[in-house]
Order: sequence, then structure tokens, then C-alpha cells
Amino acid sequence: MSPDLWADLAFWACGVVAVLAGAAVFYVDSMARATYALALSFVAVGVVLLLLGQAYLGAVVVLMMVMEMAVMAVYMVMFMGMNPALMPMSMVHSHRAAIGAGVGAFLLLGAGALLVPWPERRGAPDPDVTAALGEATMGSHMLVMVAISPVMVATIVAGVVLSLHRGRYDRGDRP
Amino acid sequence: MPDRIRSALLVPVAETARLLRQRPRRTVEADLLLWRIASSGLLPLAVLMLVLVPWGDRALVSDPVGVVWFNALDVFAWALVWLLGWGANAVYGLVGGYRFLALALGYELPLMFALIAPAVAAESLDLGVIAAAQSGLWYVVWMPVAFLAYCLGVLGMSVRAPLDAAAGADLAGGVLAELSGVDRLLVQAGRYALLVAGAAVAVPLFLGGGAGPLLPGWLWVVLKAGALAWALAAVGSRLPTLRPDRVLQPAWVVLLPLVLLQDLVVAAVVVWG
Repeated sequence: MSPDLWADLAFWACGVVAVLAGAAVFYVDSMARATYALALSFVAVGVVLLLLGQAYLGAVVVLMMVMEMAVMAVYMVMFMGMNPALMPMSMVHSHRAAIGAGVGAFLLLGAGALLVPWPERRGAPDPDVTAALGEATMGSHMLVMVAISPVMVATIVAGVVLSLHRGRYDRGDRP
Repeated sequence: MPDRIRSALLVPVAETARLLRQRPRRTVEADLLLWRIASSGLLPLAVLMLVLVPWGDRALVSDPVGVVWFNALDVFAWALVWLLGWGANAVYGLVGGYRFLALALGYELPLMFALIAPAVAAESLDLGVIAAAQSGLWYVVWMPVAFLAYCLGVLGMSVRAPLDAAAGADLAGGVLAELSGVDRLLVQAGRYALLVAGAAVAVPLFLGGGAGPLLPGWLWVVLKAGALAWALAAVGSRLPTLRPDRVLQPAWVVLLPLVLLQDLVVAAVVVWG
């Protein structure tokens, strides 16, 4: 078989894994399994990006999503205050509204993908897509990026500080 | 043969044989699927890191974004070690898993910014290009802070002292507490393999790749990686285990700004040097 066919097969296999693992998030009955099913789904999406020739984006999606899911598992279990391995629990609530919203969103996005007249490709991809991506996000938009980063960090820190009455790092040795 | 050397050679063989023959122990209501994924995942993780390393002039997998892939792979240790603690459905393992994430937050950010320094200096994310760019001066010489942060990260991801609280003796082994038989063997082998893989990736990043007199390039990579792995294990095992709740503050307040300064110096050298 030709390499192109293998790449096509891998692309579709990863797409199927991404969708099935995403569905498993709602099917399993444990916080840890739901979290890591979502991580698997994102990793499959990262591999799809690799197969589209976006080496950097694919690697970064895998990196960020595995890290995020590892932290999210901690928060989910912490706020639930329970041990789902001992106490299986449903990962869904508000069935009807959720299914309605899901089907509606799928139809809307699917219709958009099918009905929108897609533009023809103009020009060719940059030989170094990673450098082109860096140039596109950081070149002319450097000021935006530099401004957004501290705002995002401040939001995270403020959110944690506001939700925490007294942290474990607050050892009482500071005024 | 002196006793110390003989036992050093025999203990791994005897321990492997013991664990292979050991009857597996199970805990009540263990999440076997996640537990097995975690215990068998560390070793493949180290292998995936090793294929990125250029042996002399070429790597098994030559990746234009090898540095990012190494970073993505070492983040998988977050997931696997936590799942190792979670899967057993037992207190010590779970506490160990949470300890690992607390330490990981501390070592990972300095590690990420440490990886940026060689990439900026070589103007590439390709480990082969980074190794080739050090023909004049090894990066470890003028990026010592980045190298130290990197080494700390390698000790962290392989759960070794001083960042081994997740598997601490005060927790009866923490994430390792309930492991037995082949699962335990795979995890312990995976920890050593991660240490070696981290040391091997440091060779193209900081230690000049395959550069060296007389011997062929691939042999220099093996020698440097072996020496660094040995040094990390030796230095680490002489340090006390750090309390997980006390690591984040110095790691982010002291080490992270130092590594950022290092990146700034490297960027300034690249632009004006």
C-alpha cells in the first residue's frame, strides 16, 4: 500500500477514536475514566493535526491537553469530594436538555460544514509551517499576545485566591 | 570481585526474577484498566523519548519539532503517575499520586522554559540541528541554569530523590505501595528508563550531541547519556526528599525567574552576538 493510503487510514482511525473516546466521557461511571477518555480523545485530535502536516500544532495539542486533563482530574475529584472507584456515578445530568443541545449543535455545525461554499486554495503552504505559524501569531500580533498573557494569568490567580479561604501555602509566617 | 560490585550486578537480576515469579496482589475494587495503563505506560514513554535522540549524525525518528515532542511525552508522566496512584484504589497510592502532581507543577514550568534556551540558541526545535549547532561551545557551558532546571525535571518525571515524595518511604511507597509482580517490575524499570531517556535527550540539548575526539558519534552519545544518568542518580540519592508542599514556592519564585533570565540572556546573545 502507498504511504498516502496509510496516512488516510490513520487519519480516519484517529477520527473514530476521537469521537468514540469523546462519547465514552458520558458513558463511563468514574471521574478518572471520564477525564482520561477525554484526554485520549484530544490526543487522537493531536495525531489528526500531525497527519494534516501541522507537526508543531499536533505536538502542542497533545502536550497541553494531557497536562490539562491531569490537573482537571484533581479538581473534579476535589470538588466532588468522593471516591468514584468505590462509588460509581453517572457522568450526565439534565438528559433531555443536554441531548437536545448536543443534537442541535451537531446539526447546526454539520449543516454549516456542508452548506458553506468553501474557498479554493490560493497559493501553496509555507515550506516551514511552524515558523509561519509563529510569525502569524507573534509577528504583527505581538502586542496583543503580550497584553493577553498577564491578564489570563491574573485571572487564574485571582480565581484561585477568591475561592480559597486559606491556602496550604499560607503557613502563617507572613503578615 | 568486591561484595559491593557483585551485589550491584546481581541485585537487578535477582529482583527481576523475584518480581516475575511473585504472585500478583490485588486491592479491593481497583480500577484495573487505568492501573494497568499506568504501570505499563512508563516504559514505552521512555522508549518514545529515546527514538528522538540523534545518535551521532542521525536519529531513529528525525522530527522537526523534537523538543516539543519531548515536552509532550514528559507531560504524560503526570497522567501515568497519578493514574498509578488512583488505579490501586488505596489511600497511600492516591496520596502519592496527588503528591506527584504537586511536585510536577513545580518542576514542569522551569523545565519547559529550560527547553526553550537551546531551541532559541540553535534557532530550531529539531534535536539534530540543536546538537549540530554546538560545534563551538556546548550549551551547558553558557546555559547552566537551564541545564540545572532540566536535570531537576528529569529527576521529577522519573520520581527520584529529591522529588520522590510520591513514592516516599513515609507513605509505605506511595504510588508503588500496592504494586506487585510484573506490574511493579514494569514501573520500576520505567522509572529507570525515564531517567536514562531524560539524560539521553540532554545530550543533544546541552552536551554537544555526538561531538568528541577519537570515538564515533553514537558512542559519545551513549557515554555522555550514561554519565549524566549516573550523576543524576548519584546526586539525587544523596539529597533528602523534598516536602511536596514546600517545592512549588521556590520552584516558581526563585527557579522560574532565573530560567526566564537565562532565556533572555540566550535570546540577547542570539540577536546581538
